[in-house]
Amino acid sequence: MPGAFEGETITRRNLMNLWANGAGGIAVAAFTLPALGFAIAPIFTRQVWTWQAIGTPADFNETTYQTKVITITPGIGEAGNSITYVRQRNPAIDTEPEDQYNHWVALSDRCMHLGCSVRYVAAAERFICPCHGGVYDFRGMVAGGPPVRPLDRFYTRLNQDTGLVEIGPRYSVNNELQRFSPRFPGEPLDGIGQYLYPAQFAGPKKP
Amino acid sequence: MPRIPAPPLPKALQPRPKRPGENNGTVEEHPLPIEAGISAVDWIDERMQMSPGLRWLLWRKVPRGVNWPYTLGSATLFAFLNQAVTGVFLAMYYRPDAAQGAYESIRNINDNVFLGQLVHAMHKWGASVMIILIFLHMGRVFFYGAYKYPRELTWVIGVVLLILTLAMGFTGYLLPFDQRSYWASVVGININAGGPFIGPFLSNFLLGGADFGATTLSRFYAIHMLLIPGLMAALIGAHLALITKLGIAAPPWIKPHVAEDGDHALVETEV
Repeated sequence: MPGAFEGETITRRNLMNLWANGAGGIAVAAFTLPALGFAIAPIFTRQVWTWQAIGTPADFNETTYQTKVITITPGIGEAGNSITYVRQRNPAIDTEPEDQYNHWVALSDRCMHLGCSVRYVAAAERFICPCHGGVYDFRGMVAGGPPVRPLDRFYTRLNQDTGLVEIGPRYSVNNELQRFSPRFPGEPLDGIGQYLYPAQFAGPKKP
Repeated sequence: MPRIPAPPLPKALQPRPKRPGENNGTVEEHPLPIEAGISAVDWIDERMQMSPGLRWLLWRKVPRGVNWPYTLGSATLFAFLNQAVTGVFLAMYYRPDAAQGAYESIRNINDNVFLGQLVHAMHKWGASVMIILIFLHMGRVFFYGAYKYPRELTWVIGVVLLILTLAMGFTGYLLPFDQRSYWASVVGININAGGPFIGPFLSNFLLGGADFGATTLSRFYAIHMLLIPGLMAALIGAHLALITKLGIAAPPWIKPHVAEDGDHALVETEV
């Protein structure tokens, strides 16, 4: 091999280049990779299931919604709070199958267009979004405007020990009210939508 | 060591020739203070050898017909410098604390800090001015055809700078942490999540989790004041180096000089 000593397969200059660049590369990776992992770790950190009490079963009825303030993110004051609209399940209109998590219907106030806060208008029995005119009917199904899927819901349960109604993690639903792990607003879950917007690592698992 | 030629000084700073009969043949005992300045600059220049580079950057040929729209790029640069300077001083009082602290620190800047309202307003309005100037500058380059060969890379870097500036606007919008900031950021992050496949993960990255949390604000703050400004400063350097290297494009209505023998070679024009 030209430039190399007898019996050597690499020149000393090339070997030195290899060592110097390799050492530099390892040094850069040693601080870049941990920093990068540090920054993107929240994408892969699964949310913990928490249950918070919102009242007694007698507080809720089948005909109108009660507004409850719940804490989504603890420790940051009002910025971590959200609103949920809660009523008792009414088998006459709630056609989705009943299980232990939906004796009370708890709707998220996040509009499924871009995440503004919807309000419940009792006279019209509609949820109305102030931002871009999204309208939902009494069950939280899309009745008009730009939203792409019904209002998100929260798991609810009756705590047998305390006798209180408790509210759990949020989940998303498609137009048949099938449950999906929580998605961002603006992501349809019907047809191809559920494949375009896969479940995120950070959300809580379906029970 | 051969001395590099002195930088071209303005008339007022050049040493005056001696009047006849005045101190002829004697050494000046008290040199003028201005000459001390010149010799200090000389001392640094002898070691850093920077004046050729500065002359390359500042005393360069400019085509015939340049006009006011050519100053839009410099105007954008000054808007960036305004944002950088006011931003550094806002950072001295700002607290990226989602539990009330951020909003209170902005209220403190506006209400209590000397000239705080002015510096905050300069940063806020300067952001809009910078985006307007960028678009005007882009329009000038586009309609003058200045993006064409050999200046395509300058254009591409400029587009990246435009995107980074918009990202600065997006991340900066959350920092005052009032109702408008919060909901605008929520909507913006949700628009971002609408991108298929990777949109939701990008939004999780921006939020620092599944929902708006304690780290979202500090994340936006770090991106706004460290990550993007660093990238922008580096790219502005490359943008300016390319401009200096390639020269400024003549306006499209300036025709190349045609030599006497009909040769269509472009003759360098200088003003």
